[in-house]
Amino acid sequence: MATVAERPAAVPEKVRLAERRRRRRRSALRRQGIALLFMSPWIIGFSAFYVYPMAASLYFSFTRYDILSNPVWVGLSNYQFMFSSDGLFWQSVRNTLWIIAFLVPLQVAFAIGSAIVLTRVKRGLSLYRTVFFLPTMVPLVAAALGWIFLLNPAGPINRFLHLLHLPEPLWFYDPHWTKPGLLLLGMWMVGATMILFLAALLDVPSHLYEAAEIEGASPWQRFRHVTLPMISPVIFFAVVIGVISGFKYFTEAFVISQAGDQTGLDHPIGYPQDSLRFFTSHLYQQGFEAFHMGYAAALSWILFVVIMACTLVLIRGSRRWVHYQGGFR
Amino acid sequence: MRRRLIALVAVALFAAACTAGGGDSSGPAATVDPNANHDPMTLTVWSAFSARELKITTAVLQSIKQKYPWMTVKHVGGKDDAAIQRAINGGTPPDMAISFTPSFAARYCQTGAFQDLNKYLQADKVDKAAVWPAGMFSYTQHENVQCALPMLTDAYGLYYNVDLLSKKGFSQPPKTLSELADMAKKLTEYNADGSIKVAGFMPIFGFYSGNTVNTYGHTRAAQWYDNAGKPSLATDPNWAKMLQWQKALVDAIGYDKLQKFAAKMGGGDSEWSSSHGFETGKIAMMLDGEWRTAFIAADKSKVNYATAYPPTADDMPDLYGSGQVGGTIIGIPKGVKHPAESWLLVKYMSTDVGALTTLARGLRNVPSTNETLEKTDLASDPKFKTFIELVKNPKSTYKPLTPIGDTDEQMFGTFAEKWQAGNVPDLQAGLQQLDSQIAKQLQLG
Repeated sequence: MATVAERPAAVPEKVRLAERRRRRRRSALRRQGIALLFMSPWIIGFSAFYVYPMAASLYFSFTRYDILSNPVWVGLSNYQFMFSSDGLFWQSVRNTLWIIAFLVPLQVAFAIGSAIVLTRVKRGLSLYRTVFFLPTMVPLVAAALGWIFLLNPAGPINRFLHLLHLPEPLWFYDPHWTKPGLLLLGMWMVGATMILFLAALLDVPSHLYEAAEIEGASPWQRFRHVTLPMISPVIFFAVVIGVISGFKYFTEAFVISQAGDQTGLDHPIGYPQDSLRFFTSHLYQQGFEAFHMGYAAALSWILFVVIMACTLVLIRGSRRWVHYQGGFR
Repeated sequence: MRRRLIALVAVALFAAACTAGGGDSSGPAATVDPNANHDPMTLTVWSAFSARELKITTAVLQSIKQKYPWMTVKHVGGKDDAAIQRAINGGTPPDMAISFTPSFAARYCQTGAFQDLNKYLQADKVDKAAVWPAGMFSYTQHENVQCALPMLTDAYGLYYNVDLLSKKGFSQPPKTLSELADMAKKLTEYNADGSIKVAGFMPIFGFYSGNTVNTYGHTRAAQWYDNAGKPSLATDPNWAKMLQWQKALVDAIGYDKLQKFAAKMGGGDSEWSSSHGFETGKIAMMLDGEWRTAFIAADKSKVNYATAYPPTADDMPDLYGSGQVGGTIIGIPKGVKHPAESWLLVKYMSTDVGALTTLARGLRNVPSTNETLEKTDLASDPKFKTFIELVKNPKSTYKPLTPIGDTDEQMFGTFAEKWQAGNVPDLQAGLQQLDSQIAKQLQLG
């Protein structure tokens, strides 16, 4: 009897447990549903403006596509063409690596130098800070046009060089001087990075300098062994952002190479002599002027992969030289 | 992993499904009786015109109301080819598109982005050969698809400073390339430091829009492509001869001197300002379009000038009187809602004598039909008449259109820049390599 009596009690317990599990699952699903509902604006935006364009461009990179007609699947041939047949691709790679190799270190060094000078200013700091930062607020196209005027062979900079009896380069008309001209423009626009370095420099604890001074450290040793390690996270940030911007370098070079060309024929993209053909200007030319949008999509994916790889390498390498206060990484 | 792959494929298929449909405009010509009763309607026209030119063109477009009172035109400026392409791709094209880039016409014809107008022309019994000079077809059709028609056209001729030439004893402009080179050297004046004071002729590629491989190539009737459609920059000896002639002239004056002279004048920027080298008397002769006559007047330049046909190769005297032509094209984009009405507007803007004459006078461009070329009052100006005659000449032409737009011209332009700077050690090998690169671009689709 006892056994019989226990049996009916065991069954409802199982049912109860299952019911409880079901309820819990339903409640979890409802919670998830509410969370998804609240997240839906972001999900829709992310899907429409990130996932879909990226998937579409990945698909297009395997097609022959000209915007005006349906894409045709061509497999890997766009990628094969890039590495084996497109001479201009390698020219654009060389120019891009050049600008990264020179512009990024110069910008970082110039920004640190300017920030150090500003830390020494006793009066009118906010004025100087504004003056240094102001170029960053100038739109890139306007800045490039301004520098076309400044570096005109008959312009103010060459007139100044003439007064000093120094050589007067043809700047943006001479393929040897186009990229150095861009370096000047790039250093002029270093305000945003400089502000970061200024904040980092002001954040270095003064007791570290006092301790170093007591130990007899020279100004250079204090800079090398106190300042640099303390601002290394900002240097790292500036280098990563600089390298990414270098790979995507476009507006300044495009505006300068096309300046004065209203017919689109006297100054080919990259003028003069392909010295300003950067990776993204080549991508633009192939996509929007040669109607090779599939190939341009392949170029953009290679650019994406290279930027990702370089950023990962920089992040891994940073463990050796970037010091975070409190050991945070 | 498998689920991720499936998701990726699904998204890719979705992406493919969402791309532009092919669209078919190959049916019979849509027709409408313009004289029948119609509900009022508005057609939208896109162009890259701005400011003064936008106003003039809008007025002419809207003058169609006099012919068809039921039709109103809304003209939207600042719309370049990229914007037009995006609109076609998105299925919301304007009813008529005006493009400044004839080099893109091949792609528009090939893909059907601009509808084939042959069916409309045939339906309206328009005899193309009788209406337009031969040169107009070199940049409005591709592989027998007439997807665009010329609205106004441009022609490149020789401008020369009468005072500077007569100072050196020249009473006539050069007719051959030898004469041009000879006169250019004699007309060039130097400062005490050896720099150029006045350039007889600026032979530098990349300086002003008249100095392109296209305009120079026409002086020798050099062919871009052979009969099989392969690039012929290396196989047609006229290209090498043209480049050698140009380099010899550059070297005779000095590449560095010419570059410094061009750069100090403001380079390409000065072309569209009152500091233009020819307008300020610093350049004695140059190749330029007919629009320069308007700029000279607008800039109030005091240069005493005249115009002539571009010089041609010494052994090609029959080419004299022709030159490079090409200009604004108009078409009906794929997917328009009122193709018959769009055609009425396209026909009006490409053939109506009154509309074209007014537009040509306002924009100071060359009208494009045979009838307007005969009737235009612009011909009364001898300086402008040169360009009208150039357009009429059956040997005047645009470069062959290809589906890669002006990529071939850009690549050749860059090569020519390197050549004139002395950075191409072997011209023939360089041209062969260039042919190969252009062929590869064509193969890419």
